[in-house]
Amino acid sequence: MNEIVEDAENPEANAKKIMYINRRAPYGTIYALEALEVVLIGAMFEQDVSVVFMDDGIFQLKKNQDTLALDVKNFSPAFRALETYEVEKLYVEKESMQARGLSCEDLLVPVLELSSIEIAELMEQQDVLLNF
Amino acid sequence: MKFGIVVNEGPYTHQASDTAYQFTRAALEKGHEIVRVFFYHDGVNNGTRLTTPPQDDRHISKRWSELAQEHDLDLVLCIAAAQRRGIVDEDEAKRHGKDANNIAPGFRISGLGQLIEASIDADSLVSFGD
Repeated sequence: MNEIVEDAENPEANAKKIMYINRRAPYGTIYALEALEVVLIGAMFEQDVSVVFMDDGIFQLKKNQDTLALDVKNFSPAFRALETYEVEKLYVEKESMQARGLSCEDLLVPVLELSSIEIAELMEQQDVLLNF
Repeated sequence: MKFGIVVNEGPYTHQASDTAYQFTRAALEKGHEIVRVFFYHDGVNNGTRLTTPPQDDRHISKRWSELAQEHDLDLVLCIAAAQRRGIVDEDEAKRHGKDANNIAPGFRISGLGQLIEASIDADSLVSFGD
């Protein structure tokens, strides 16, 4: 009988690789905010988590967001809290950044910039992809 | 195979719920296991029993309820998403002082942890939406 042996010494070995993909602008639709809620709750499950920002999703990480005129909550400070939740693998897609004239200095948190090919390779390695 | 299903869009506005239903039914017919169907974003609107489509149209929430009863499915509405959109069960209605509840039979309201748990327990998590 095949039994899955839990490796208590190394919990990472049992963890699933979960990638959250943020593709939409932070405001205008609720997807970005509700995606962040999943990432924060998901952090409690101690899985191998990474978060990708691409297309208009990279605007979620833009510094100096001001939502006063929109009358919606500016939730961008919560991205700074990701580190304390041990969500540390943050990636942005290089092509999306270039198309929008953004550099890593424009962003709220340290990220790794990857090409779309590199992101595709990372996606291949995941057990779970959650696309928002 | 063990599937987890995520429905991210509301009924009638978007194909996602229809396709998720067809996929779930087909998977069950082929003998696969559905560990959970999790409704998120506007997807929670699939779980109101007050839906009243025209008689010659499919009844999306009822269809899910019937499938749940037939196969003992776990249909979960995200609590935060449901609260924002006015979908409540009896307990939630009481807790928030509402005069009624509107959850459809076979659905339950729970937290986002249920989505993560389903993604861990399933061999494959299949999301329906844009």
